[in-house]
Amino acid sequence: MTLYYLLYFFALPVNCIAMILVFIRIYKGPTVFDRIVALDLLITMGIGSIAIYSIITKQPLFLDVAMILALIGFLSTVAFSYYLEKRKDND
Amino acid sequence: MTDVIFIILCTIGSLATLVAAIGVLRMPDFYTRLSVTVKASTIGSGLLLVSAALYFSVPDVTNRAVAIVLFLILTAPVAAHMIGRAAYMGRTKLWKESQLDELEGMYDEDHHLRSEQPKKGEQEEDEKKADPQP
Repeated sequence: MTLYYLLYFFALPVNCIAMILVFIRIYKGPTVFDRIVALDLLITMGIGSIAIYSIITKQPLFLDVAMILALIGFLSTVAFSYYLEKRKDND
Repeated sequence: MTDVIFIILCTIGSLATLVAAIGVLRMPDFYTRLSVTVKASTIGSGLLLVSAALYFSVPDVTNRAVAIVLFLILTAPVAAHMIGRAAYMGRTKLWKESQLDELEGMYDEDHHLRSEQPKKGEQEEDEKKADPQP
């Protein structure tokens, strides 16, 4: 029973606060690279939140979503960096 | 006993995620932000996924969670290297109190690695070529 209290009142709120902080960095970020790194971190945090949620609801099917999300996050970061390196003038 | 291990894993994972978020918000420079992000986020999500694997403890679910953890561990450094390289090629500025830039002058304009480290004179010529205005 204490496990559910821990997950509901500690792990999920801490993840939500962390996501809000990362959103502040996405809003502020001086260059486009800062925003990409923050977006990658946000996707990784989403994977952790999905793991917590699958424990709470006792549904291991959510882990499939986490796997797809990890794939998409890696691919998006690689694609962004590939095309930004091709670009001539970065601001 | 299993509950204790479980609580420890969840707590450390959540706190590592929070540390990554605070680091990405407070660090002064792009490169320091990158170094904070990758390590802490991999530990955070990895520990939460390992706790999920321990909680269900059915072979297929455990396999899935371990596969995600391995994928994260494999791909996070690759993505970080690519975005760091793109940022360095895009002339992202270092922090003003950074002491050392070991890559300075090692790449030419076409993003290819130089075969040798440039001497002093060549480097000055390159700088003259880069901005023709006197």
